[in-house]
Amino acid sequence: MLKYVLRRLVTLVGIVFVISVGSFYLIHLLPGDPATVILGTGASPANRAILYKQLGLNKPIIEQYFVWIVNVLHGNLGTSFISQTSVASTIRAAYPIDLELIVLSQLLAFAGAIPLAMRSARKPNGLIDRVLSAGSFTLLSIPPFIIIVVLVLVVSIKLGISNTGPSSFVPLTTDWRVNLASMALPSITLATASFVLYFRVLRSDLIATLQEEFITMARSKGLSQRRIMWRHAFRPSSVALLGTAGVNIGGLLAGGFVVQYLLGIPGLGYTLISAIASSDYLLVQGIVLVVSVGVVLINFLFDFLTSLVDPRISRD
Amino acid sequence: MTDLLDEQAGFEPLAERRLGPLFWICVGWLTLNVLAALLTNVLPLVNPLYQNYNVINAGPSLHHLFGTDDLGRDILSRVVFGSRVSLAVGSGAMIIGFGIGMPLGMLAAYRRGRLDAMLTAVMYVLLAFPAIIAVIAVISFWTPRTLLKLIIVIGLASVSLVYRVIRSATLSVATKDFVTAAKVQGSTDRRILLRELLPNIAPIAVSFLLIGVATVVTLEGALAFLGLSVNPPTPSWGNMINESRTVMAQNPWLVIFPSLALCLFLLCLNFIGDRLRSYFDVTEVKL
Repeated sequence: MLKYVLRRLVTLVGIVFVISVGSFYLIHLLPGDPATVILGTGASPANRAILYKQLGLNKPIIEQYFVWIVNVLHGNLGTSFISQTSVASTIRAAYPIDLELIVLSQLLAFAGAIPLAMRSARKPNGLIDRVLSAGSFTLLSIPPFIIIVVLVLVVSIKLGISNTGPSSFVPLTTDWRVNLASMALPSITLATASFVLYFRVLRSDLIATLQEEFITMARSKGLSQRRIMWRHAFRPSSVALLGTAGVNIGGLLAGGFVVQYLLGIPGLGYTLISAIASSDYLLVQGIVLVVSVGVVLINFLFDFLTSLVDPRISRD
Repeated sequence: MTDLLDEQAGFEPLAERRLGPLFWICVGWLTLNVLAALLTNVLPLVNPLYQNYNVINAGPSLHHLFGTDDLGRDILSRVVFGSRVSLAVGSGAMIIGFGIGMPLGMLAAYRRGRLDAMLTAVMYVLLAFPAIIAVIAVISFWTPRTLLKLIIVIGLASVSLVYRVIRSATLSVATKDFVTAAKVQGSTDRRILLRELLPNIAPIAVSFLLIGVATVVTLEGALAFLGLSVNPPTPSWGNMINESRTVMAQNPWLVIFPSLALCLFLLCLNFIGDRLRSYFDVTEVKL
């Protein structure tokens, strides 16, 4: 177990290193002198000097990476020359919203997918299973941005609920009721996409598990249907579910970007899209770095959880 | 007797495994889409950029089958022209992804040894990289944005996924007896790869390709929606849906038609991929 975790940690460090190199190199994809593009042509020499110092632009490229990474490790992601605020503080203000969105949507998705998949798996090809499978297959083909446009069309226009916008957003810690009311629509949208995925994975895995001999054994002992489902079938099947959820996180974040952009929720996604629109490159770079490392860390966490549920994995 | 029949129903004997009429309807719809996208210049369509201020936000009518948008442009012709962007990105990116990932995956699984270990390690790191965020990052820095750059970036991002699927598919075939037989007979590696292995992994590759195209088209739609794909006024399904948001209350047709076109397209691709997979009895491969 310890050996497994250590081996995964070494890979993790390698991947984070590759991500940092990739994020660093983004600045050099810009056409021409990065300083001119980032600051604009009419930049003051003082600003240019600050940026050169931050990015180490007058040094060779390998040295530039070390200048940059030392700054990043000290929590200094640079200062946006457009909003004049530090990138790190902007990210610190925005990321709790993404976390909240992910947690809420995942809770909803699991709450929907687990009981329905169990219901479906109990009688494969029965009426309920057919309806649920066909429905989930159709939902699979609808991108989240269309779901949210339709939901906005129905909810905000027909019911007369107005879109609040980023400036009037209330954080969870200030007033949780107002916050949850504004998070309901985006969470539900994100949850539908995850729900479809989890339902399909869990259903097919449960059907396979329910044909195993230990299930027949449990049945012949006279255990109740509910106990067999939760204690004997769900635990082995939840490995596949956890694996899917871990892989899904990256897509979930990207889906969250679209939802935030549409509904004006000032999370990392909204900040990223508006930073791209205003050519605020340092902010874009900072968000890309933080989000990528975050996704990799969450994946690592899910791997760890999976190996706890199914100890065989760590023994391969 | 009835018990026996019931048991057999679960296995679905080969003769009963058919593709079904829905499969062919989907194939027909996709063919129609591709033909329409290729023949846009021949079809009797209004110029998608032509603004007719006499008919603004009109519903469907004989003149404009899908109605017109807030600038008086014909929605039908914009939907058809918009499909070209989705199809170009979907097929272009997959050509790059399969063009690089497929030979590498087959070669790694066939040769094994150091080449396989090295390639798999590199691809493993690339797979852990959140692809969607990487695509958004590169697209936003690599200015000015063009369709070709979008295709290249998405295509390269998909290489590691294609590699993984093709490698594991080839691995399961490469150890079979007929491959050994071919080797014993003195067939060249090239012949074994192209004549023995390729036909056997083709079903997996094709169904994965279809689902890959669907995923890329969805991604392009989301990027266009965020303003990171082709620039307006060039229509694409994603940016049409985005532009329609402001006039949604007055003219819902503007949202409905491009959304419907996109969803039907994706539904058909997913359905065909899914049917092919169960027809060839391929175990679940995910993108």
